[in-house]
Amino acid sequence: MKVEDFDMFCSLLKQRSGLVLTRDKAYLLESRLMPVARRNNMADLDALALAVRTKRDEKLLEQITEAMTTNETSFMRDGRPFDLFKTVVLPKMLEARAAKRHIRIWSAASSTGQEAYSLAMLMEEEKHKLAGWRIEIVGTDLSAEVVERARLGVYTQFEVQRGLPVQMLVKYFTQQGDKWAISPDLKRNINFRVFNLLGDLSVLGQFDIVFCRNVLIYFDQPTKAQVLAGIARQMPKDGYLFLGGAETVLGITEKFRPVESQRGLYYPA
Amino acid sequence: MEQKTCLVVDDSRVVRKVARKILEELGFACSEAEDGLKAMESCANSMPDAILLDWNMPVMSGIEFLRRLRKMTHGTTPKVVFCTTENDIAHIQEALAAGADEYIMKPFDNDIIQTKFMQVGLL
Repeated sequence: MKVEDFDMFCSLLKQRSGLVLTRDKAYLLESRLMPVARRNNMADLDALALAVRTKRDEKLLEQITEAMTTNETSFMRDGRPFDLFKTVVLPKMLEARAAKRHIRIWSAASSTGQEAYSLAMLMEEEKHKLAGWRIEIVGTDLSAEVVERARLGVYTQFEVQRGLPVQMLVKYFTQQGDKWAISPDLKRNINFRVFNLLGDLSVLGQFDIVFCRNVLIYFDQPTKAQVLAGIARQMPKDGYLFLGGAETVLGITEKFRPVESQRGLYYPA
Repeated sequence: MEQKTCLVVDDSRVVRKVARKILEELGFACSEAEDGLKAMESCANSMPDAILLDWNMPVMSGIEFLRRLRKMTHGTTPKVVFCTTENDIAHIQEALAAGADEYIMKPFDNDIIQTKFMQVGLL
């Protein structure tokens, strides 16, 4: 790939998704964008780059952005954040919101929905404590394709075996051939929508708990700070933010502080 | 800390070999049995911490073995993870009712074995 094309794609991706690519990731760009070129009847990435420069076709730009975003996820991914949610965050929230009996949770890069559905399953397991409560889960992702998959809630055998205890599989899924479909009851309280974290977060409303895991790692420092500041504006002072294991707010923003001895958990400062 | 033990029960030598390699990399000391009856003998001799168990085997099936195991002295101790091509919900429910702790639908990979063994508290 020509250097000027690489730079053009990088600048496009940075602007549209916040994703920062360094030169050593040229192979990734090539391997992910070749299928986009082929799908649009273009012979190679030179042709794709030319089309981007000359046509500014919004659909094509969306396809390029979506192809470069990472959708790695699994049910109960990394385990510990879900333990923390159940043992620390949820009990505190039930106490803090006892008058309102309403909790809003945001899965901020929901990909194909496993994080949001994992939370819904945990809530269901705790339903004896939640009688009369309204629990709302919002899942957002930049990619329309993965949001559609999340809404569908149908997973492969491989996907349901990564992180999901078999007891939960039996309880919350039905088998459809070689696929597994999430129960309609669990879907009811989840709203999946396409949303760009670099956009205006206020349209989503306020959230008591935010999961924004393994997203910031793809951004540069100013973009991380911008996204974290945006999330902070959408949270009350007693809210909780979950970040990925390799992410932190330290040295990036003063808007959040780590919850002592609870790695990956933060509260608005 | 004492090394955890796992009995790999499968009539396929290849599956036993692959599973054993993955489990040894996860820190288990492994032994093998090619059917349910051999697995019973092995457990009577020494109860392992975990059992990775196939369903369809000659002589004695995995489900029959599990039912008998759970009635043995100390037979409730091992965590039993089924690992089988029987991938329908009825088989899974039958396994859970018989006392299985987890269930792997073949084909499996390192990740799946690792997460399932984590879920039953062995890693």
